[in-house]
Amino acid sequence: MGKIEIDPLRWKEEVLKKYPKKVAKKRDKGILVHDGEMPKQIMANVRSIPGIITARGCTYAGCKGVVLGPTRDIINLVHGPIGCSFYAWLTRRNQTLPPTPESENFMNYCFSTDMQDSNIVFGGELKLKQAVREVFEIFKPKSIGIFSTCPVGLIGDDVHAVAREMKEELGINIFGFSCEGYKGVSQSAGHHIANNTLMKHVIGRNDTAPEGKYKINMLGEYNIGGDAFELERIFEKCGLTLVSSFSGNSTIEQFERAHTADLNVIMCHRSINYVAEMMETKFGIPWFKVNFIGADASAKSLRRIAEYFEDAELMARVEEVIAEEMAIVKEAIETVYPRTTGKVAMLFVGGSRAHHYQELFSELGMSTLSAGYEFGHRDDYEGRRVIPTIQVDADSRNIEVLTIEADETRYRPRKTDEEIAALNAKGCGFGEYDGMMADMAKGALIIDDISHYEMEKLIEIYHPDIFCAGIKEKYCVQKMGIPLKQLHSYDYGGPYAGFEGAVNFYNDIDMMINTSIWKMIKAPWQVEPVIEAEYGV
Amino acid sequence: MLLRHTTDKIIEREALTINPAKTCQPVGAMYAALGIHGCLPHSHGSQGCCSYHRSALTRHYKEPVMAATSSFTEGTSVFGGQANLLQAIETIFTVYNPDVIAVHTTCLSETIGDDVNQICQKARTEGYVPEGKFVIHCNTPSYVGSHVTGYANMVTSMVKHFATVSTTPKNQINLVAGWCEPSDMREMKRISTQMGIKTVMFPDTSDVLDTPLTGKHEFYPSGGVTIPELVSTGDSKFTLALGSYSSEDAATLLETKCKVKFSVLDLPIGLQATDKYVMALSRASKMPVPDSITADRGRLVDMIADMHQYLYNKRVALFGDPDTLVPLTEFLLSMDMKPVYIVSGTPGKKFETAMTNLLLKKVPEAKFKNGQRADMFLLHQWIKQEPVDLLIGNSYGKYIARDENIPLVRVGFPILDRIGHSHFPIVGYQGGMGLIIKILNAILDKEDRECAEEKVELTM
Repeated sequence: MGKIEIDPLRWKEEVLKKYPKKVAKKRDKGILVHDGEMPKQIMANVRSIPGIITARGCTYAGCKGVVLGPTRDIINLVHGPIGCSFYAWLTRRNQTLPPTPESENFMNYCFSTDMQDSNIVFGGELKLKQAVREVFEIFKPKSIGIFSTCPVGLIGDDVHAVAREMKEELGINIFGFSCEGYKGVSQSAGHHIANNTLMKHVIGRNDTAPEGKYKINMLGEYNIGGDAFELERIFEKCGLTLVSSFSGNSTIEQFERAHTADLNVIMCHRSINYVAEMMETKFGIPWFKVNFIGADASAKSLRRIAEYFEDAELMARVEEVIAEEMAIVKEAIETVYPRTTGKVAMLFVGGSRAHHYQELFSELGMSTLSAGYEFGHRDDYEGRRVIPTIQVDADSRNIEVLTIEADETRYRPRKTDEEIAALNAKGCGFGEYDGMMADMAKGALIIDDISHYEMEKLIEIYHPDIFCAGIKEKYCVQKMGIPLKQLHSYDYGGPYAGFEGAVNFYNDIDMMINTSIWKMIKAPWQVEPVIEAEYGV
Repeated sequence: MLLRHTTDKIIEREALTINPAKTCQPVGAMYAALGIHGCLPHSHGSQGCCSYHRSALTRHYKEPVMAATSSFTEGTSVFGGQANLLQAIETIFTVYNPDVIAVHTTCLSETIGDDVNQICQKARTEGYVPEGKFVIHCNTPSYVGSHVTGYANMVTSMVKHFATVSTTPKNQINLVAGWCEPSDMREMKRISTQMGIKTVMFPDTSDVLDTPLTGKHEFYPSGGVTIPELVSTGDSKFTLALGSYSSEDAATLLETKCKVKFSVLDLPIGLQATDKYVMALSRASKMPVPDSITADRGRLVDMIADMHQYLYNKRVALFGDPDTLVPLTEFLLSMDMKPVYIVSGTPGKKFETAMTNLLLKKVPEAKFKNGQRADMFLLHQWIKQEPVDLLIGNSYGKYIARDENIPLVRVGFPILDRIGHSHFPIVGYQGGMGLIIKILNAILDKEDRECAEEKVELTM
């Protein structure tokens, strides 16, 4: 094919030529070619260039849409003009399964104060208070979250004061999020704000531990397409007790007792690592990074969890489960592999998916030629070891960093330092994440916050067999004759996590790469010699 | 139940909106701007706005929706968005080379008081706008009106920026398209062509949001009203504004600016609204109505007459935008259906007046409401109080439809879970037939699925 032979450095040079000088200078630092050795420094989590056409969203989207969106027993009241709440209404397809037909589930509803110009001029606090009263009167929830949108911060409405007052008045848990869209440079700031608020107002409120021998929390899993259901199935089969999940298929009740778990495992490092770190300091719960995207990765993650509990019975059970599940996975991959091997993928999405999904592609025998995050930070690319060297700029400085101390009564180190060291020696990797680049091949193009122009140029030059991004990119790429797999919504498929998820993914990628229609784009008269007009005059 | 907490007990609300039947202004401005050929819409605000609007439009059309953003940060919000917008204009013209950048504001840039007019002027005088290229703008504060208002504001700004009177009048009619689908715009143009009338339609999203798959992404697809066409609207003989909420302001400005007379019609949805459209076209152009159109009309009348027994007295709940709901209600009434509940989040007295005129005599028990808190939660509560046979609205209606087991016909914005709206019109006589087919299929599919076995009918 020869299509991959164009030197990526030359590609980069050509692309940068198109930009105004200042823009080119900035983009230069966000695009690099991996040399296969130690990850080089990339510029990430910095402002997008106005007008460049970025895929990024805003802080509100990261806070309300991503982290709090999948929790069913809280009323998420958006304080702002109607749009912010409207666009976050069911669009992320977080699935949820209330245990009974009567159980609370507010996720299919959209709540807003629908601010009008008079509220902008005279302030919106009175309307907000009234809306809180009304939502309580109608729905009788146990918790209400109030989300700030851009104008709220600007006109000085104090959602936290309103939350405190209403909490007092109504006697339920009410808390505010200062997640105005303009804060930070992407959704990422919103994740952090959501983490902080959960820590301050929710986690640790209920000391009743659920029954179970091996209690864990799953962090950074949002139950898109039922991923959480698949993981719940696997955990249950292994005998693990899931105390809470942040936040796929979750409830506030579960968050409130999350501190009773003995281990935090992190899927999406970017969106939730703050909670893991804070819980370790406050409650003594260690955390490590796992990856349940990919069958092998899932098996590895399960083994590490079993290792942590140092229990022979659990280890044996986990091995049984893996053997059983892998038999089905193996059968699926054998059918698909001959049709997918050797193909090329590109992934530009999220803050962890562009890394995790490379696992699944490699199981399919496919290589990742280029990848990047939409809102990742340097540590998501280069590994957490670089965190102390990351410069805190003005856009990050305005996101609160909580000072957390050990809880007087609830702090209970789950392992001694010696035990941690011993488990680390066995590969548990507490508090570690090596980032995306460590897993990528030499010559791979790493592009942070890819612009539309860069995306088109990648496709034009390298013709990947599949491109992974989001809805805004989907149809542009497909017009070019290349299938685009949405890794936010999974194109309404999934689950893709765990073992059954891996099988779904193999089949879906096989389906997409081998779609018949891609070969029929040209009409016969566009490829065959022109037919002479016989009836023409 | 999906909406398990909704009951028939209505508690008066003064501040809370639940399940809105509207969204905010900027998405309308973005959609309208896509109806200009070679135009890149630009959102002057936080990144999220642009991202959300592009996502909503993309999900609705299953097509590329290109737009850029000023990417406000906290600093921008404090110091103003001028530097960001100027940089955006430079970057856009350098990298994406559109003919026009259509800037709309957001609640953020409006609240901090950015003077977008002045910034665009600065961009022109300081050389950010290349020769022969344009930057136009409109104000779309999200806390006023609805997405329909934003659409109307962008359409009005097209007139403001481009319409010009020259020395040579043109034998053409302006069609200001109210918010409808590319398929509807294509059909309205087809009807005027069938009558032999030269028209300029703006905006025109046909061949922009319904493009063929060719192996190449056309950043600026072939469709859209061109700048010379927009300029020429000042020389047209007459203007038809189709849908008062979304097109009347533009037509009014065009008259003030260029003395082009206009009349305001409903979008031609259904028999009577299409009649009025055809008559207005004929009057404005002094062209007779061809037999082929009369035959089209006759086929629609024939279908209604033949199918009347399945439609008669069926209770319908509707939600959406006034410009669609008004002629749609009229159409349902012409088939002796009963539109009993109607809500629209879009404010304005005209809706109430139009609905009162339509419903007062024929369906005196009808409940309708628009503006703040005229939302789908209220509509659902009305349905809980007394059920309906059919629900018409956007995809969010499926949650009510499933809980209450009501057939749903998807009309409006956004339609996220079905296709066809961008390809097959609901306007014109043929569009009316398409709509009847959808309604009948929805009602009869349910009947066939649920009626007693001995009652299953082979024939209608």
